[in-house]
Amino acid sequence: MSRAAAEVLSAPIVKPKASRDDRMMRAFMGVIGVYLLVSLALPLYVMLSKSLEDHDGAFVGIANYIEYFSTPALAYSINNSLYIATVTTVITVVLAFTFAYALTRSCIPFKGLFKSITMIPILVPSLLPGIALVYLFGNQGLITGLLMGNSIYGPIGIVIAEVFFTLPHAIIIIITSLSIADSRLYEAAISLRASKLRIFFTVTIPGCRYGLISAAFVVFTLAITDFGAPKVIGGDFNVLATDIYKQVIGQQNFEMGAVVSVVLLIPAVLAFMVDRVVQRKQVALLSARAVPLEPQPKRGFDLVMLGYVVLVSIFLIGMLAVCQYAALVKFYPYDLSLGLHNYRFDVMDGGGWDAYYNSIKMALYTAFFGTIVVFSGAYLVEKGRGFRHGRAAFQFLAMMPMAVPGLVLGLAYIFFFNHPDNPLGFLYHTMAILVISTITHFYTVSHLTALTALKQLDAEFEAVASSLKQPFYKTFVRVTVPVCLPAILDISIYLFVNAMTTVSAVIFLYGPDTNLASVAVLNMDDAGDIAPAAAMGMMIFYTAAGVRVLHYFGSRWLERRTQAWRVR
Amino acid sequence: MSEAQQAPGEPYLRISGLTKMFGPFAALKDISLEIFEGEFVCFLGPSGCGKTTLLRAIAGLDIQTTGTVEQAGCDISALPPAERDFGIVFQSYALFPNMSVAKNVAYGLENRKMSKADIRRRVNELLELVGLPEQGDKYPSQLSGGQQQRIALARAIAVSPGLLLLDEPLSALDAKVRVHLRHEVKSLQRRLGITTIMVTHDQEEALTMADRIVVMDHGKIEQIGTPLEIYREPGTSFVADFIGTMNFVPGSVRGPGRVSMGELELVCDTDGLADGAHVTIAVRPEDIVVQGVTAEDENVYPAQVCGLEFLGSFVRAELASEVTGESRLLADLSINLMRHQSIAEGDSLLVRVPKEHIRIYRGSVSHE
Repeated sequence: MSRAAAEVLSAPIVKPKASRDDRMMRAFMGVIGVYLLVSLALPLYVMLSKSLEDHDGAFVGIANYIEYFSTPALAYSINNSLYIATVTTVITVVLAFTFAYALTRSCIPFKGLFKSITMIPILVPSLLPGIALVYLFGNQGLITGLLMGNSIYGPIGIVIAEVFFTLPHAIIIIITSLSIADSRLYEAAISLRASKLRIFFTVTIPGCRYGLISAAFVVFTLAITDFGAPKVIGGDFNVLATDIYKQVIGQQNFEMGAVVSVVLLIPAVLAFMVDRVVQRKQVALLSARAVPLEPQPKRGFDLVMLGYVVLVSIFLIGMLAVCQYAALVKFYPYDLSLGLHNYRFDVMDGGGWDAYYNSIKMALYTAFFGTIVVFSGAYLVEKGRGFRHGRAAFQFLAMMPMAVPGLVLGLAYIFFFNHPDNPLGFLYHTMAILVISTITHFYTVSHLTALTALKQLDAEFEAVASSLKQPFYKTFVRVTVPVCLPAILDISIYLFVNAMTTVSAVIFLYGPDTNLASVAVLNMDDAGDIAPAAAMGMMIFYTAAGVRVLHYFGSRWLERRTQAWRVR
Repeated sequence: MSEAQQAPGEPYLRISGLTKMFGPFAALKDISLEIFEGEFVCFLGPSGCGKTTLLRAIAGLDIQTTGTVEQAGCDISALPPAERDFGIVFQSYALFPNMSVAKNVAYGLENRKMSKADIRRRVNELLELVGLPEQGDKYPSQLSGGQQQRIALARAIAVSPGLLLLDEPLSALDAKVRVHLRHEVKSLQRRLGITTIMVTHDQEEALTMADRIVVMDHGKIEQIGTPLEIYREPGTSFVADFIGTMNFVPGSVRGPGRVSMGELELVCDTDGLADGAHVTIAVRPEDIVVQGVTAEDENVYPAQVCGLEFLGSFVRAELASEVTGESRLLADLSINLMRHQSIAEGDSLLVRVPKEHIRIYRGSVSHE
């Protein structure tokens, strides 16, 4: 060892010569890296420094923070946010675990259908459950009596809406962790005569503990950073997310908005870090030799599970049905006749049908450009040769968006792009900035999807191609992309749906000509036009759901077309 | 041994002073090696010995920290893979799954100013060569592992590279297919006369295929030699232990040409080791003689059979003796011999350790 080290010192170190491919790959990665710097790192930096400045731009240290924490009303929001997020996390994780348990460990019928139903909330803006709750439990709601005098406007409403909004995310994670169970562990436990309860707590729960932890942190982050539900149903109950909005849009107090953003960034970053650690451990639990668990029919248990799954499905579909009903009713609660009156968006404030078309345009652009940027970036990180530090830095940048709440990102964009000295200032209020912010906001999950697909490719494709003297882009176009096409479709659909439903970042960035459907929902609700808001929300749902169905059939077609070479 | 090795002139590939560091860990330590045109060389060693690292350095996939690689007289030390001249086959085949077999083989022939008809002709020729004609339209996943590896081989040699690199090409295959493919790869290499380096951890593979074997351990070359040299005259105790089966017995030098093993004194070549030096005496089980031994012969001692292990074509006997003390020798006895002599557990017999088969290594050997 020491001799070898001495050898290194005495002999000249070989400096590998970069090939044309290497130089091109580095240049491409540089371009995408600069994109992430401009669309993420710099805005965040500007926002952080803004939180340390006064109105006139002079550095004041932590004075803004001191002011913030000594304003009781603002500091109170921290408690409220933590309270809402904690209660939501507990309820959602319990509901989601039971649901996932029913889908993986019982023999109920229609599992595929129920699983699709749980994905409904992903297809609507987080404002929509709030609107449904107004119609159900509002002052003149359909079943207000059930609340026994409590008001839906406040923590109760927010928590119900957040549970609706976060449920699919938790269910996806927990289903994954429950389906990697090893049936041999259960056989061993049974042969040792452990009771069912004991098996549940010594095999089942430990087996999916990382999934549960991960789900809890994801739900907590979503709930604490969500802005849609508290905006619609929160009433006087202030939380951090609505504070940012009020400080910026209401009082034009940008510095204080920046301070609240930084405060909101803390739980999000923490949750993100814990999630990364846990994800790594989850992978280690997977054993190639595990025998998958096949649930056995048990009549009573299966019936109970079916009942539960149906109840949750009714809750999810019911919320949507109420919105659709509200959208069709002429003038609730005085004229209950049905019609398309509320779909005449053009006669209402909020952007009209143009907002809807803008949203579709924005979603298509986001899906198209986002997929290209994200997949190419992931490819360069994963398959690049040499340039270790550059690739590590890029990977870090790609993971960052996950820890940044949409509102924070949007506000950071105001500071960065709206600055008079920024040559990119012309982007403000344009379609381009909406697309850029949305791609960046949803970058991490797409990046991870792409990485997972790329890691499944043989690591030596590139080595073989370069030994055959073929340029890397040829292999990329002819092998990598075709083989990863399912993942590429997944990424584009993910970006499309999120671009349709997102409110948080774009709320600060849209302009008079670039109003969006999801923002229109918010503004119409704000103006008291709740029924048209519900109608627009449902338009978003139908569009997102339609695209999902298209994606489903597209994937099926692709699978059939390529089954000759896909290894099953 | 082979003609290629005796070919005069410059080596085709010259590696000198190669070191590869991964952080503080040295995966290759000062490796120097020459390979001649048309030779089939195996890098053999346990996992983690650096054999694949060396291959990847030669290919330019993971370039060495220091040292030079020269191919056909040119210094290629710092060149990226695309600017070197080699074809490579990996254990995982690395066939492009979405392309037909013919497209895979043709991949390297594209953009070379070859007409489509020429490419098609060359592909057919190559498929013929690897014994898979008529399979061009299939996809890799529709072929068996052995067939896929032949396609990978065809793809690698399609562009007629000067050097063929094989990274454990047979390790992912079933035992029978592996043995069969050994011969095919070897005869193909002979026919084409292409300089070939194969990395393997399978000693049988190396012994049957290679013209020369480079035995490696802990990032260093332990021995370079023909299969016979490596087997018969292992240069270090590591090689002796790694290749084949070997009895290792502690002993000490008792004057020139004599070593002691317990109370027993053996005549052997002591290679100028000092009197009294602690050594390890090594002898292969199949070299120990129990048939037609008389007490007057050299290196003979009486022993008891204290264990017999049936291993198919032969039986491995464990021989204990008062004179050798705690050291017990293993001897491989053919089934024929067993039948003739009707040897059973507990039998006493005379054992001869032929002088020419004894090898002496300095110090003690630790082997797992």
